[in-house]
Amino acid sequence: MSKTTQNGAPGRPSGQGSGLVATAAIWIAVAVVLAVLPQVFSSGLAISTMCLMEIMIIFALSYNMLLGQTGLLSFGHAVFFGLGGYLTAHAMNAARGEHAPLPLEVFPLVGGATGLVFGILFGAVATRRSGTAFAMITLGIAELVSSSALILRHAFGGEEGVAFDRTRVLHLFGISFGPQEQVYYLIAGWCFLSMGGMYAITRTPFGRICNAVRDNPDRTGFIGYNTTTVRFLAFSMAGLFAGIAGGLAALNFEIVTSSAMGAAQSGTVVLMTFIGGVGNFAGPIIGAILVTYLQVMLSDITGAWQLYFGLLFMGMVMFAPTGIAGLLAMQMPLVRAGQFHRVLPWYVLALVPGLIAITGVSMMVEMCFHLTVNTADGPQMSFAHVAFDANSPLAWAVAAVLLAGGFWLFRRAGRKALDAYGSALEKARSGRAGR
Amino acid sequence: MTSSAPALVLSGLRKSFGSLEIIRGVDLAVPTGERHAIIGPNGAGKSTLFHLISGHYRPSAGSVRMRGEEIGGMAPQLINRRGLSRSFQITNVFPRLSVWENVRCATLWALGYRYSFWRSVDRLADARDRTEQILTEINLLDRWDMPAGLLTYAEQRALEIGLTIAGNADILLLDEPTAGMSHAETDRMVELIRQVTEGRTLVMIEHDMGVVFDLADRISVLVYGEVIASDTPKRIKANAAVQQAYLGTEVA
Repeated sequence: MSKTTQNGAPGRPSGQGSGLVATAAIWIAVAVVLAVLPQVFSSGLAISTMCLMEIMIIFALSYNMLLGQTGLLSFGHAVFFGLGGYLTAHAMNAARGEHAPLPLEVFPLVGGATGLVFGILFGAVATRRSGTAFAMITLGIAELVSSSALILRHAFGGEEGVAFDRTRVLHLFGISFGPQEQVYYLIAGWCFLSMGGMYAITRTPFGRICNAVRDNPDRTGFIGYNTTTVRFLAFSMAGLFAGIAGGLAALNFEIVTSSAMGAAQSGTVVLMTFIGGVGNFAGPIIGAILVTYLQVMLSDITGAWQLYFGLLFMGMVMFAPTGIAGLLAMQMPLVRAGQFHRVLPWYVLALVPGLIAITGVSMMVEMCFHLTVNTADGPQMSFAHVAFDANSPLAWAVAAVLLAGGFWLFRRAGRKALDAYGSALEKARSGRAGR
Repeated sequence: MTSSAPALVLSGLRKSFGSLEIIRGVDLAVPTGERHAIIGPNGAGKSTLFHLISGHYRPSAGSVRMRGEEIGGMAPQLINRRGLSRSFQITNVFPRLSVWENVRCATLWALGYRYSFWRSVDRLADARDRTEQILTEINLLDRWDMPAGLLTYAEQRALEIGLTIAGNADILLLDEPTAGMSHAETDRMVELIRQVTEGRTLVMIEHDMGVVFDLADRISVLVYGEVIASDTPKRIKANAAVQQAYLGTEVA
């Protein structure tokens, strides 16, 4: 609306022109960041974490082709990730045996092709239904595939999985892919291509019709489109990109086990996508980075990390259903109108008691964990570098006060922040209209 | 299109839900280029009739012929691709898509883009021109980047018409296009319908008798799932059976 009121005549509303330059700039920036990251964070842990993040970015984006773009809630997306990984591993082993002259760079394509083929196969069944029935069918397919991984030992290697050596294929330009940094660049390259590909698909006639099916499948039929075909194509393409992610994961770890396509992996991608935000292309990227970081970091410092993860997911669904990207997108009109400084202090004001409440919660979680799981260590423990007795009522009282007080203040400050947001938005809008 | 067969012919059309028969043997012919109104009391089965023609429901018996070809029981998208497009009584748009995207999506199939996932949608000049033309016709050009769900009621009704005409269908079914509108809005809608149905076949369900007598070349009266009269507006007004069944209370 603002764009048209500003220059009086509406002109050509497709809004390209300047948008094209901005889009190109963003993609160049992404490429530069991907290229520079391992130079900035050069520790072994950092590089392998970033490898994992980029794999998960592809995986989460492919999932959002279903959930965010087409409105399909799948509980079995890891099937394509896992099958892509297995076939890549088998292809690697075959290439080694027959000395096939293929470089490692192209092997993620095996994963992608596998994902596409199984996407077509399973999609032909699952996409005949939508909504809850679709979700249940995908759950069934996930169970079917992951249980056959343990039965068909020859193909899936049973519990040990399928291992291989990624350095024993054709080397191009003397790149052996022994060092993790070289693998990073392989993954980063494929991540960039996949991101670009999936973004481009959202900007095609098919991508827009996916959105139409998400918004109102019944009406889509009356503008000439077969909703089953749209869902089927989206499902197959999501399988393709999930397969690429799975192939890269296989090359990264040099082993594929059945956990790659288990229910937990299917769940993780739902969480990543939701936490990041389904309504925005950047959402799953943010979600994949954050969740992977938390998985690596939290599992290092606490044994109860999955519980925190669950709490985060519940908190996001309840208080910010549009995800992190949605929260950020809400700020954009304020930033553009130069009103963001009005709300920032209120956000900080809400953040402080929020952090206090989280401290209270995690103190309780850690005390419970210490008393139940680490019973052998006795009741002495430390939290945030403070040593205390987990059995003492004082410690529990402190935790309870932190939680209750923090939460109460957070609610009050949160309401104030929302009011501030509302009035700033009002101001931003009236400022634009008056111009 | 060149065939002399009427745009639409319904014969012996029936639809039951369980033991309840809603459409009880409808025979109706709409010649190409006619503006045809269907009137009748609430619950007469007018919307059900539209659902049967447009593929939303499958007929229990009888046939629906479009330019001589049977379309009864076909999927909605197949009927739409043959050149029949409909609007809905309850606004039925794509709420999270912008007004622009709503209309553009509705233009894509007819322009031959189908499920294309290799072409940039923003570079399709014909889709852009068509979308702009439709938005100008329905007077929503200055709302182009608003999510459709945030439009006012009258604007959503206009968008509903926009979606219906965007695919360039030559048979249009409009289900109560002026329902719930003020006088001024109704007048503008009538003008819009007159304009966009120029050279096309129109079948319209309408309760506002002013609109009906203003627009329609012929009127059919549907009562309890049967067409009791189908004639010119003048003769329908004079028809005793119609007056008794329906019109008497509304026009007198």
